[in-house]
Amino acid sequence: MGIRSGMALAQARLVVRGLDVRDSDPTGDSAFLQALGLFAARRWTPRAAPSDPAGLWLDLSGVAHLFGGEQAMARRILRFCARLGFTARIAVAGTAGAAHALARYGSRPVVLCPSGGEAEALAPLPVSALRLDQDVLGAARRLGIETIGELTAMPRPPLARRFGKTLLHRLDQALSRAAEPFDPLIPEEPPKASLRLAEPIATAEAIEQVIGDLMTMLVSTLEKEGLGARRLTLLCDRVDGEEQRIGIGTARASRDRVHLIRLLSAQVEKIEPGFGIEAMHLVAGRFEPLGPQPVESELGGSTPDPDLAPLVDRLAGRLGTRRIFRMSALESDVPERSVCRVPPLQEVEGWPSRWPRPPRLLSPPERLDNVFALLPDRPPNRFTWRGRLHRVRRGDGPERIYGEWWKHGGEAEAVRDYFQVEDEEGARFWLYRRGDGSDGRTGDLSWWLHGVFG
Amino acid sequence: MSNSPSRKLRLKALRAEVRAIETAGRGSVSESLPFGIEALDSRLRGGGLPLAALHEMAGMRPDLSDEAAATSFAGGIAARCGEGAVLWALARRDLFAPGLAQAGLPPGRLIFAECRRDEDVLAVMEEGLRHGGLAAVVGEIGRASMASTRRLQLAAEEGSTAALILKKWRKGGTDPLAAPSAATTRWRIACVASGELPVEGVGRPRWNVELARQRGGGGPFSWILEGTDAEGRLALPAEPCHRPDSADRWSEGRRAA
Repeated sequence: MGIRSGMALAQARLVVRGLDVRDSDPTGDSAFLQALGLFAARRWTPRAAPSDPAGLWLDLSGVAHLFGGEQAMARRILRFCARLGFTARIAVAGTAGAAHALARYGSRPVVLCPSGGEAEALAPLPVSALRLDQDVLGAARRLGIETIGELTAMPRPPLARRFGKTLLHRLDQALSRAAEPFDPLIPEEPPKASLRLAEPIATAEAIEQVIGDLMTMLVSTLEKEGLGARRLTLLCDRVDGEEQRIGIGTARASRDRVHLIRLLSAQVEKIEPGFGIEAMHLVAGRFEPLGPQPVESELGGSTPDPDLAPLVDRLAGRLGTRRIFRMSALESDVPERSVCRVPPLQEVEGWPSRWPRPPRLLSPPERLDNVFALLPDRPPNRFTWRGRLHRVRRGDGPERIYGEWWKHGGEAEAVRDYFQVEDEEGARFWLYRRGDGSDGRTGDLSWWLHGVFG
Repeated sequence: MSNSPSRKLRLKALRAEVRAIETAGRGSVSESLPFGIEALDSRLRGGGLPLAALHEMAGMRPDLSDEAAATSFAGGIAARCGEGAVLWALARRDLFAPGLAQAGLPPGRLIFAECRRDEDVLAVMEEGLRHGGLAAVVGEIGRASMASTRRLQLAAEEGSTAALILKKWRKGGTDPLAAPSAATTRWRIACVASGELPVEGVGRPRWNVELARQRGGGGPFSWILEGTDAEGRLALPAEPCHRPDSADRWSEGRRAA
């Protein structure tokens, strides 16, 4: 009827004659929404939660077919709301963010967005559909960005700098590039197994025995629900009321009984049984969906790739999760910034191999003394490192690396010229000079040793 | 003298028996990895580096460039051990992955384990070797007892995975390979001056590769070789400077000059 929220009352009265005006009641509204959410959780899907003061999220995974498909289910919910006296709009999408946006800004009362089609469906919607602050929306408006489609077409780093992280985060959540936590009204119990013991136990063997029994129970629960554990916590109730806990994590969701027991058993020595343990609980604090797993066989001809996840888990249990990693490339020419650690089962990127890189890198680089070198572009003839004089026999370079002014303002003019040199004994070093040798602003012409070749 | 044929036969039978004891516990006859250099492979028992075994390598002198050469040497061997992943147990923080990638080990094949103590390195190596799905396991280590190297050797045989130990020079200045060890082969690597190039610049590195000991006989042998290339292979220098017995003296002569 042309009335919007936030409109002045006098204006609304002008638009509709004889408007029935009542005071707003946010507490009552939210209580009703809560009640509606609970009803939805009992009637339609176990996972339901209020999204904002005027909306509900329903997780339809695995339930839509019970109501004749998503379309039929949405119509049914609309009819239900109409009986209660509400007009409602429904959107079904692969992510909570996209559903939120399409339900409020979509063209029809029921919008079905196929999974993976979020980007296309969201493109014509205004930026305000992304659940953003007024500041960010104002900034976007000033720049003339109207729709989400224009936003996705822009390069990310400038967006992050100009609008802050929330904008990209919301965009990623809507396009299923970032996870969004879901906090259902009816909380979900993590898979759990408990045993009360007839007599208190205190020995490692007895504890391992109970761990085995608990794991059998937990694994069968996980199997029934199609889940795999990412984190397990073992809680031991002691006779004196104290609680002991140990925990393990896995690199990939798992319900392999033997593997999980082995991981837990490595930690058993950390439990202090005191006067004895009278009850033990095993809780899968973090879990993920895990379908039936294929049995690997060699009948297919090719031998399957060895599974590294169990090894990674065992090493992580011994050293700590952060100490097992892969090295991957970062987009940076500065050598010490070109490497980052990533989790051990993740895909990695390599480095361009056009320029020589040493297998050992000094961090931080070490200052060289008594360097004799011709400017601007010759490798040094001799230098002193760690108190020893090296006479250079051969040299190669320079490889010029510019400072990254977009990371540090101080590097705006900085230049490093890298040289590979070999001394009289055949030892090979990777040196650099600060500055390009002609312009004083690019560096102070000091020499540094950065790496050692074999 | 009349019983010499029967004595020969008995000796032969005894040798076969000893060999059977030596290889007991291995699932199959161990494969070996040739270097592709005739002079080197002919000195190694089995015509190459045994794959399911423990090997030690160290720099010849206690300086960083020899250690870096040993690192590239180990990286090149690990790269050629197979297609699978390589576990690298780190004791220091100075390993530079782009440099290893140029010795034939791309980052996609490497998993690093950062260890604080030698015991951790040994335990991580053993865990990796027993897994059996890795191509090679490399560990940087300062000191390892005879018992722990024997454990590694057995684990390598059991998982049929190559175990490479990079031994570091310690502050005292004692030779890291002097300690008793159950390793099948032990190598010392030193940088030597590279050959003349017709143009300016730095060519392929040249190393003095010394096979300090080999289980089952032989050694020490040494060769002047060109360092690892992008596939992890060594090569003979183009000009003839392959002098197995006097290589050490030769490099010392260079140093004195």
